Amino acid sequence: MSDGYPAKTVIGLEVHVQLKTQTKLFCGCSTAFGAEPNTQVCPVCLGLPGALPVMNETAIDLSVKAGLAIDCSIPPTTKWDRKQYFYPDLPKGYQISQFDLPICADGFIEIDDPANPGQIRKLGIIRAHLEEDAGKSMHDEGSGKGDTKIDLNRCGTPLLEIVSQPDMRSSDEAKAYLNELKLRMTHLGISDCEMQEGSLRVDANVNLHIDVDGKNVATPIVEVKNMNSFRAVERAIQYEIDRQYDLWEETGKTIQDEAKTTRGWDDESGKTFLQREKEESADYRYFPDPDLLPIRLPRDRVEAIRTSLGEMPAQIRQRLQGQYGIKPYDADVIVNQGVAMIAYFETAATASGDGKRTSSFIQQDVMRLMNERSIGIEDYPVAAPSLGDLLGRVAKGDLDNGRARDVLAHMVDKGGSVGVSVDGAIKDLGIESVDGSEIEDLCRELLTENPSVVADYRDGKKQAVGSLIGQAKKRNANANPQVVRQTLIQLIEQE
Amino acid sequence: MLDSVSEILRLQSDGEASAVDIATAALDRIEEADGVINAFTHLNRESTLAAAADVDRRRTAGQPIGPLAGVPVAVKDVLCTRDMPTTCSSKMLRNFHPPYDSGVVEKLRAADAVIVGKTNMDEFAMGASTENSAFGVTRNPWDTTRIPGGSSGGAAACVAASMVPISLGTDTGGSIRQPAAMCGVTGLKPTYGRVSRYGLIAFASSLDQIGPIGWSVRDIAPLMEAIAGHDKRDSTSINLDVGSYINATSGTDLTGMKIGMLRESMEAEGVDPVIKDAVKEAARVFQEAGAELIEINLPHSEYWVPTYYVIAPSEASSNLSRYDGAHYGHRAADIESGAELGPLVTTYCRSRDEGFGSEVKRRIMLGTYALSEGYADDYYNKALKVRRLIKSDFDAAFSQVDLLLGPVTPTAAFPLGSKVDDPIQMYLCDLFTTGANLAGIPALSLPAGKDGDGLPIAIQLQAPAMEESRLLFAGSVFQQVTDHHNQRPTTHTGAQS
Repeated sequence: MSDGYPAKTVIGLEVHVQLKTQTKLFCGCSTAFGAEPNTQVCPVCLGLPGALPVMNETAIDLSVKAGLAIDCSIPPTTKWDRKQYFYPDLPKGYQISQFDLPICADGFIEIDDPANPGQIRKLGIIRAHLEEDAGKSMHDEGSGKGDTKIDLNRCGTPLLEIVSQPDMRSSDEAKAYLNELKLRMTHLGISDCEMQEGSLRVDANVNLHIDVDGKNVATPIVEVKNMNSFRAVERAIQYEIDRQYDLWEETGKTIQDEAKTTRGWDDESGKTFLQREKEESADYRYFPDPDLLPIRLPRDRVEAIRTSLGEMPAQIRQRLQGQYGIKPYDADVIVNQGVAMIAYFETAATASGDGKRTSSFIQQDVMRLMNERSIGIEDYPVAAPSLGDLLGRVAKGDLDNGRARDVLAHMVDKGGSVGVSVDGAIKDLGIESVDGSEIEDLCRELLTENPSVVADYRDGKKQAVGSLIGQAKKRNANANPQVVRQTLIQLIEQE
Repeated sequence: MLDSVSEILRLQSDGEASAVDIATAALDRIEEADGVINAFTHLNRESTLAAAADVDRRRTAGQPIGPLAGVPVAVKDVLCTRDMPTTCSSKMLRNFHPPYDSGVVEKLRAADAVIVGKTNMDEFAMGASTENSAFGVTRNPWDTTRIPGGSSGGAAACVAASMVPISLGTDTGGSIRQPAAMCGVTGLKPTYGRVSRYGLIAFASSLDQIGPIGWSVRDIAPLMEAIAGHDKRDSTSINLDVGSYINATSGTDLTGMKIGMLRESMEAEGVDPVIKDAVKEAARVFQEAGAELIEINLPHSEYWVPTYYVIAPSEASSNLSRYDGAHYGHRAADIESGAELGPLVTTYCRSRDEGFGSEVKRRIMLGTYALSEGYADDYYNKALKVRRLIKSDFDAAFSQVDLLLGPVTPTAAFPLGSKVDDPIQMYLCDLFTTGANLAGIPALSLPAGKDGDGLPIAIQLQAPAMEESRLLFAGSVFQQVTDHHNQRPTTHTGAQS
């Protein structure tokens, strides 16, 4: 589309977030992921005749929390409606959802404009409503019989469907929106937001508004499904932008010519494929669920939840910069890792008294190990106070960065701060603090042995002392390179 | 022996009969009469006798026993029981064995009642004659060529045929009161939310309510006391204490009570004059007992039936969606994979076509239509608005009076088959009963004499929400003065010496 007419991309996202409740939305069954099929079920979530739903109050609180986190308004009353359709993984023949009175309405999320760094983009949210999940159909294509197996473990799990305005103009913006949404949901403990486990699902509505010599022409809207990572969302949108432009050039079909279609994303081929030709205007025959009472959300309940929100990620980024003197980029990386990482950083930085060094150690050493082992900070073996203690010694000059890395690596090897203390690790590695006179003696020795270095330095080749630092380390592993350099220069210049 | 709850309790406590003796008598009586009456869809002699023997054993051992110990009770086949099938008298659920007990069945067991079996009904409680049953019609013990009323026809007929002293029915638009009226027994539809619906297979969730049937108010009071109360598994259950319904049935003085005479009901067309006379006679009885009579208007009475027949089918169309042949219940066999609509949709269509009877299909279609996009505002949503008006009629009435008096049915029991081809005539059986369901208030059907054919007729008392005690009090005053509830059928199948 590079040489064509200018086109504006219009993207709206529907995000399903699975709420982090212990039990399902209308019964006491566990919501844990990965159990044997059909083991987390009861008469209620199986939709057995005579069973009745009883609302999970925690899901209501989490939904209100989520709504407040994305600046939605929370109505004083909301209610449950039945959305009716037949499908084998929907045992009641209807889904309990919310139709005309969603629990959250009219919010927004602000993102850093990917096209203009430093600028803020405000992306609108139409509504967020609570509903029960359906079961899972597993189509057995291998048997050749086309059998479908149904797992109803997921049936009745609480989902919050967050519907954005069609405000996003690029796949980058969509990704930024998703990142920020996920961050807020995980930060507040509302959801795990694991796309692989289905606790966050994204459907993207995409079309183009093409400017044909001043006339706005919109391409047919496509809903893209089956994306299982943010990266996939980004790629799928990008693919659709190109595909829709090419198709428009080829066929000239506009939004007036074709109803919304649904396309699936195939991550391997990197393409979307047609799933449903025309969005048949399904009549879900919504009506208020007579088995459930309307939900009253008194002001004081909403305000109590608002108070419990505490600091939001954007505020934390600001505070970390001010309080620990780290750069916006570094604050962003730490905050984006989630609540546990923020706490880890703050504890370690406070103990070390050196926020910058703590941030840099976390981003390099700590996060590298987390990636290698695919673990979260909760499972990182060295506790925050120990890392702080270690980096505090570096700040005081007792250790250099390199030796500190050795100590940290040793601690990790020994099973972390439970296995060995910072002092223990230093001892294991034979690290001793070296006093100034010892360093001075060593430096004098080196200078005497290497008169050429002294000459080079005096000739203006100041980097010449570098070669002696290495030698100093060899003779005394505990010699701090910084201190050695200073001492060498001092001695040369004194002579 | 099986006529009265208090007598059954006395026989046991005085050692004159054991629970096993009583259960045996009930089972023998059922065996004798049910071939003709067909009140039961399921019986289990062994488990019934075992439950009775357990009561005897505990009584002998001096262990605590419940308030309905050894009393045989029949349960409408719409209430889940973990040890018996629960079919809703439908082919769809012919082999459904619930893995759990309904709330009321739990309470019956806790009260040590002996559950003898499940009673026949109109399929999914849709009907007024118990002719819409996959298990065949139930016959009226007073005249076996006639219907027993419905949908709790089996539950009323088994009492009227002296098979059990009390039973549980359900009432969505009159399904306890109308068959009780036609079988000459007493039936109470409680306040919506007073009795847990947990385990009641839904017909219309906002209207369904479980209630007791027995010969007299004094028989149903202990059953009502046993089943009423809050249940956190039913979100619409009311969290208020249950008073003593048994204590409400003593006393004879109605001084200070104001009873409203329903003008619209008394002026309605197509009502047998004998029934209007019975209501007037009942009014005289109440007046003599000290009550003051006041004429009351319920201006929206004429909309009860139309409103009911939009709301109930709408909810039913949704509640019955789950019977699709995919998970349990009837599934059509031999679906060719080449079927035009595909195997899945064909399975749905054929399973539902084969599993449901015609009245159920009619109501599913009515309800589906009433909820459809473009029609919901004209039907379902409008019906909800009218329902609010109907409720405010009752609120206004109860600001003037304590109880409302009127008929239950326009006529006594009609001959089997006489209305099966005329659904509108069948729906008009609900003329006087649907108001209480739409308003959520309690209502009591009391035997009030016989029509020209010797068939039972009845009066209805309605009270404000949660005033079951007031209904039972007035009903017991009526039954202390009158003898209608002591009449017994004399046909060979109904007779009991």
